Amino acid sequence: MQQVRTILLVDDDHDFRTQQKVMLEAHNYKVIEAENATAAIEVLNHQTPDLAVVDLMMEEHDSGFTLCHNLKKRLPEMPIIMVTGVAAETGLAFNVKTREEHRWIKADALLEKPVRAEQLHQEIKRLLKE
Amino acid sequence: MFLDYKLPDMNGIEIIEKLGEHAKDLIIIMITAYASIEVAIEATRKGAYDFLPKPFTPNELRTVTRKAAERILLARKNAQLAHEKKQVRFEFIRVLGHELKAPLGAVEGYLELMKTKTLGDNLDSYLQFIERSSIRLQQMRKLIVDLLDMTRLESGKKSRNLVAVDLRKAAENAIELATPAANARSISISLEAPATLSIMADVGEIDMMLNNLISNAVKYNRDEGKVMVRLEQTADNISVQVADTGIGMSAEEQQKLFKEFSRIKNAKTANILGSGLGLSILKRLAELYEGNISVASEPDQGTTFTLTIPLSKCAEASTT
Repeated sequence: MQQVRTILLVDDDHDFRTQQKVMLEAHNYKVIEAENATAAIEVLNHQTPDLAVVDLMMEEHDSGFTLCHNLKKRLPEMPIIMVTGVAAETGLAFNVKTREEHRWIKADALLEKPVRAEQLHQEIKRLLKE
Repeated sequence: MFLDYKLPDMNGIEIIEKLGEHAKDLIIIMITAYASIEVAIEATRKGAYDFLPKPFTPNELRTVTRKAAERILLARKNAQLAHEKKQVRFEFIRVLGHELKAPLGAVEGYLELMKTKTLGDNLDSYLQFIERSSIRLQQMRKLIVDLLDMTRLESGKKSRNLVAVDLRKAAENAIELATPAANARSISISLEAPATLSIMADVGEIDMMLNNLISNAVKYNRDEGKVMVRLEQTADNISVQVADTGIGMSAEEQQKLFKEFSRIKNAKTANILGSGLGLSILKRLAELYEGNISVASEPDQGTTFTLTIPLSKCAEASTT
């Protein structure tokens, strides 16, 4: 039997977390929720998630970026998917495809909100090499 | 631009005419030995800023130049202000867009889960999704209503009808409105006020201010907490004080309080509905009465908002 993979879900929007959690559990993942960066780091003291989904914009504008750095410092091997709802309206478009971008943005994939459930699942499968 | 009137091929006024629209961005000072009042008037009419008759002393030249320079500075300052105003507007619309998109996204997400029947065929499994969707939509509606209120205030188009308002009665009404929400969480609301306290004001505006203050005091309170409303008239002011025993705010949070959409987001406010515009509206309303709104707060102890309206303003209003 395949082992159950654990996903850390960090977003300050309660509804977004609920929806992703329901969807991921339907695909047999175990989900740990965290509503801010502090709670996310706290999770690492007790558990080792296989992958993290992090919202870029939380209370502080760049807290998602900072959190990615801190998560990678603790668990360099854990893939991170960054989710953002700001790119369209700020023109703050960025990607994580080039090496230069990877130096600054410690995420392995980037998805724009609204995130389609299937799209998120595909990215998770790709990064977890399932 | 210093422009001589008599030039070999055409005169200064003809040049101004040729410059046409461009002349508007230039400060033109006409210089001429053929000083006549007619030339001066015509040059000014065509767009010259000033007129300097020859011969002139260095001092005269300096004065004229300084005057022109001051004008340039003023024009630049105005342009800068207009630019900043535009930026504030853009920022407002950007944040507004984000605030409207968030609830839409949440509702869309729940609909998607229902459409794909992620939790099976039983509708009961989705009740929580429906409940959350309706809360998010309610929040969106509140935001739009507040936005319209604010726009009306800003445009100055809202018709104001200043009459003698019994502030005590208005406060009692606002308390009655907030009572169901307060009862649901065993919060008590008390009123301390003179038997009558009259103020010249617009009834709608007074209601909006009191409802805003009192409903906030309930919303951000703890269960079984207290809301104390106190109305007072001193020699110079009428003051409305609304104190709660709620979650309170840190000094840093208080600073951001009256800014649009600066709704304080933390674990304690996560489940409280708000548009982030209520206090900006309150501040604007207070300004209409040349009043002032201040806040004192202590985290986990409570918050007191004090609205002060100068009596002189009330008297002035009565003559309007």
